[in-house]
Amino acid sequence: MTDADRPEAAAGDHAPYADADAAARTVRRREWMGLLARAPVDRLKALWAPFEPAPAFGWLRAPEIGGVMVRGRAGASGAPFNLGEMTVTRAAVRLECGAVGHAHVQGRDRDKARIAALVDALMQTSRSGEVEAALLAPLAAEETDRRRARAARAAATKVDFLTLMRGEDA
Amino acid sequence: MYVAVKGGERAIDAAHAWLGEERRGDPAVPELGVAQIREQLSLAVNRVMAEGSLYDPDLAALAIKQARGDLIEAIFLIRAYRTTLPRLGVSRPVETAAMACDRRISATFKDAPGGQVLGPTFDYTHRLLDFRLAADGAAPQAGTAPPREGPTPHVAGFLNREGLIQPEPRSDDPPPDLTREPMELPACRALRLQALTRADEGFLLGLAYSTQRGYARNHAFVGELRIGAVAVEMDIPELGFAVEIGEITLTECETVNQFTGSKTEPPQFTRGYGLVFGQSERKAIAMALVDRALRWAELGEEFVGAPAQDEEFVLMHADNIQATGFLEHIKLPHYVDFQSELELVRRLRRDVAAAAEEAAE
Repeated sequence: MTDADRPEAAAGDHAPYADADAAARTVRRREWMGLLARAPVDRLKALWAPFEPAPAFGWLRAPEIGGVMVRGRAGASGAPFNLGEMTVTRAAVRLECGAVGHAHVQGRDRDKARIAALVDALMQTSRSGEVEAALLAPLAAEETDRRRARAARAAATKVDFLTLMRGEDA
Repeated sequence: MYVAVKGGERAIDAAHAWLGEERRGDPAVPELGVAQIREQLSLAVNRVMAEGSLYDPDLAALAIKQARGDLIEAIFLIRAYRTTLPRLGVSRPVETAAMACDRRISATFKDAPGGQVLGPTFDYTHRLLDFRLAADGAAPQAGTAPPREGPTPHVAGFLNREGLIQPEPRSDDPPPDLTREPMELPACRALRLQALTRADEGFLLGLAYSTQRGYARNHAFVGELRIGAVAVEMDIPELGFAVEIGEITLTECETVNQFTGSKTEPPQFTRGYGLVFGQSERKAIAMALVDRALRWAELGEEFVGAPAQDEEFVLMHADNIQATGFLEHIKLPHYVDFQSELELVRRLRRDVAAAAEEAAE
């Protein structure tokens, strides 16, 4: 079963997109939740600043710092084993309109988890376009740039064996 | 016999105050920031994360500062912190096939699809001290080239297609966790891999080297070494689907080992596996060699008595925090123990002297 096939839990989930396909919505939500989890704390806070004061909300789960055991597979593809833990902070919020936002973000920043949960909640409301444009789109673009810059450095270190070929083979 | 058990508090406080002063060093020299350690001593940070078994570069950098650069002390601090964290869950196994590779080399296939990508390596440097680093200089600038699109396939996959390499049967059995239950021997491979990935790098290096020198030689080639970022995904029960909770840098080494076959297995290549937090290449290669040596039983090889084959020897001595705890405790007061030893030696000497006197009479 792929993730897209997984039924979205009904518990507390707000679904204003009555016309949208649930699987597509899950795919989209996974994307922004991942983007928020990976986001550099400082950038997330700076991009969120215009959304303060935050919309009224209640905690379903106040930010909590913990560890997640990361697993690998023997031989990359075999049986799983425990590799070690990483720090993660989680939080869950409910907006006054009823939209519920969840966050599991890398690191130990409680405010990052709060913001990520609020963004997740807002993305399920009529403010999704505004949040998408002002916060998620810049985060995604910057991440793409960072990744491309790194990949470009790696590409420059790729060995070109043609230059090493012996004279008689050339 | 009276043994002083109190009276050290004032001395201990003074010792710790002086430790703080020594840690800071000459106040005329600017203080080192945690971010500087994280960014500029990143391989030390990686080692502390790997052996501390907690991926958090900021915490590892703080631990290095607090430990005055003593990495085992820093690892101790991280292990202690780790025990205070509630376990929020377990990730799905990371997909190293989808790694965004900074480095990817194969010692077995020159033309491996995806190429030989050297990355930020010490290899091929001349190992001459660079005095320019002692002077303030402009930030170095790396070259760039059009980036590769798409994932880099694993080298072992090519041999797998031909059936020339022992397969790794996929399963989703939950692995044992030595941070939750005490390690029991004999250990399954999953438990061994967990112990090896957090093991002391120096200990693994020595063991791996011993296999190369002939103690349970297993003829390892580095089939592939890759370093880069992978996504970490976890199933979130409240949501009913998995989300990415972050991204970590890993080093993965797969060895391809010559194997002429055994009573139970056909001639084929076999595999050793290393996967370590951070850019930790020496450790990952050593881990793969030791993993392979420890697999002698499942591959129907002979136990030749080599240390690297001896699971009890390897797994019970690989953890540097356990080792240093037991090693260093002998420096702490043992006055009572020693007093009884002293009494014993004195009595034995009296007995020997008395026996000698008797014989002389």
